[in-house]
Amino acid sequence: MRLTLAKALNAGLRRALEDDPKVLLMGEDIGRLGGVFRVTDGLQKDFGEDRVIDSPLAESGIVGTAVGLALRGYRPVVEIQFDGFVYPAYDQIVSQVAKMRYRSRGRSPMPMVIRIPFGGGIGAVEHHSESPEAQFAHTPGLKVVACSNPADAYWMIQQAIASDDPVVFLEPKRQYHADKAEVDEAATPPPLFSSRVVRAGSDVTVLAYGPTVRTALRAAEAAAGEGRSMEVVDLRTLSPLDLPPVLESVRRTGRAVVVHEAHVNLGLGAELAARITEECFFSLEAPVLRVGGFDTPYPASRIEEHFLPDLDRLLDAVDRSLAF
Amino acid sequence: MTTHPDPAARTADATFGPDLVEVFGPSQADGGPDLVQLLTPEGERVHHPDFDVDLTPEELRGLYRDMALVRRLDVEATALQRHGELGLWAQLLGQEAAQIGCGRALAPQDFVFPTYREHGVAWCRDVDPLHLLGLFRGVDHGGWDPAAHGFGLYTIVIGAQTLHATGYAMGLQRDGVVGTGDAARDAAVIAHFGDGASSQGDVNEAFIFAASYNAPVVFFCQNNQWAISEPIERQTRIPLFQRALGFGFPGIRVDGNDVLATLAVTRAALQRAREGQGPTLIEAYTYRMGAHTTTDDPTRYRLSSDVERWKLKDPIARLEVHLKRNGLADAAFFDDVAAEADALGARLRAGCTAMPDPDPLAIFEQVYAEVPDELVAQRDGYAAYLDSFEEAGR
Ligand SMILES: Cc1ncc(C[n+]2csc(CCOP(=O)(O)OP(=O)(O)O)c2C)c(N)n1
Repeated sequence: MRLTLAKALNAGLRRALEDDPKVLLMGEDIGRLGGVFRVTDGLQKDFGEDRVIDSPLAESGIVGTAVGLALRGYRPVVEIQFDGFVYPAYDQIVSQVAKMRYRSRGRSPMPMVIRIPFGGGIGAVEHHSESPEAQFAHTPGLKVVACSNPADAYWMIQQAIASDDPVVFLEPKRQYHADKAEVDEAATPPPLFSSRVVRAGSDVTVLAYGPTVRTALRAAEAAAGEGRSMEVVDLRTLSPLDLPPVLESVRRTGRAVVVHEAHVNLGLGAELAARITEECFFSLEAPVLRVGGFDTPYPASRIEEHFLPDLDRLLDAVDRSLAF
Repeated sequence: MTTHPDPAARTADATFGPDLVEVFGPSQADGGPDLVQLLTPEGERVHHPDFDVDLTPEELRGLYRDMALVRRLDVEATALQRHGELGLWAQLLGQEAAQIGCGRALAPQDFVFPTYREHGVAWCRDVDPLHLLGLFRGVDHGGWDPAAHGFGLYTIVIGAQTLHATGYAMGLQRDGVVGTGDAARDAAVIAHFGDGASSQGDVNEAFIFAASYNAPVVFFCQNNQWAISEPIERQTRIPLFQRALGFGFPGIRVDGNDVLATLAVTRAALQRAREGQGPTLIEAYTYRMGAHTTTDDPTRYRLSSDVERWKLKDPIARLEVHLKRNGLADAAFFDDVAAEADALGARLRAGCTAMPDPDPLAIFEQVYAEVPDELVAQRDGYAAYLDSFEEAGR
């Protein structure tokens, strides 16, 4: 079936609800409205208010009660309406969700999924365009993944729900209703915590995830026309990182550029640059370069395209890498 | 030990908890017996034992003018969004009386902490509506000077501003401008929030701090019955104003579609605060007549018959009837207001469409008081990058 990313997530959530009676969805406006992005459209109607739960307007409450539900044997999948509204729940996520297994010496697992629409480019007002992934990837006990296309969305959400670890699940909101793609329900998906080469190339490796995968693929297309061959890796998992495919690629190309919408300073790119430098120092022809959001708050939407790494800024970094 | 019902036995659309009619009583839809009202939906002036206002005809006409112009502002902004000039707009349609009533109760030295929907209060604080449009157009995060207007920036993270209001009020206490008896000096703070926001931890913490320090703050909740798609019953099982008691200060429910009652109640609460008698919670009982924002589709979750019922309680229509019936305003007055509204609409359209996009390098401004060298370098690097396109284009 051909689905948008939002519809693919919807189908994945539906299947998870069907497969496991312990799966519950909880969030603001996810019931009758189907979520502000319609990702949960129709699910409350089909699975009832016991399983698709409209919560009071309180993110700490949503995640905190999900902890209790998980302790009682449920597998809560919570929706944070927008990236910028996860912070009221930050304490519950970092101090409780992330540490429960550790504190209980494994007696109290925390199989929870925290879905967060993330990233910018939708012309929104403040707090609706943020990329908080590094804050969660920096937190031991949490796993963090980002999907970039409908097929991955369909499989990854089910795999995240099946995971016995808490997973922060990032959804590129700009792409929710963008292009449709084929989703094969009979396919065997790659493991959740794995990265993938999505375009083969030989001159430079571009590492992307979530919304920047599309930017990277377009840049690779443009670069190919000018005789430069870019390999694009969709990281998919941000914590843990799946380094082998990344390192294998960089050893071949000798060059790496990381692109994310999040602020560059101490973003995922910093960790990747460090790991690549440690692991393939002698293969590198250039330092690992990072392209990302500036180290400022997210700007007003009329100039957000300047903040977001676009095709030109990525190609500029690729040129700098190649010229090194 | 209680036994739990078998969850599987529940139907898909069963709700938890007790029957709401049992809890609130059947008159809940009308705001219940505690509702303070001075002007009925039919435009009849009624009296209340505890609250009253004595306004001159001119003042009454002023309130009408405010509401009519603010409605026009709202209609115009909604249209500008439809034409692609604004990214988004949060409509206040139906909430004009709640906002003008409390806005006109403020003294110049008071300070307001708004949500993102307080366009009517902004109007009362002389914030140019073009600044509001600028925010929703995406040229900045709020172009006005909060201190100059006694009106804080719009706050989009639900409930956060109630704590800021409480802290600001604590500052007033320390500055000795509470309870001096000097009406030109004593100040108070008002914090706006919605029914949905009442569920946030921040709001409940604000109540506790305000009570604990007897802070001069009025918590003004516009209960417009909806938090996007979620009805008020998802947030509370008792009338919201009654929550105040549990925190240790008074709560009042006022007809938020009645500008006179809202003015009277807010004046009294602000006066209490200025005199040093501490916080009050006001629940302005009203209705969100429009969508949550221009991206929302309320037909997915609420009945049009509900909206129709609330149309009969329109805040502007009832004052209009009152003014006309009592000979307090003539046809020329209404014509003047209509003309003024047209002029405002034209000014907003022209001003909004002429608003330039900001300089991209504004991204780097005002992140810090002392700008780190690294950020300067990032800015300069981006400036050079932009220049390289200009040069290539030459
Ligand atoms: C912390 C936080 N969570 C979620 C949101 C998304 N959101 C914006 S408005 C809104 C509903 C607010 O309802 P209410 O407080 O009743 O105010 P109203 O919009 O009805 O005026 C929600 C959930 C937000 N802005 N901030």
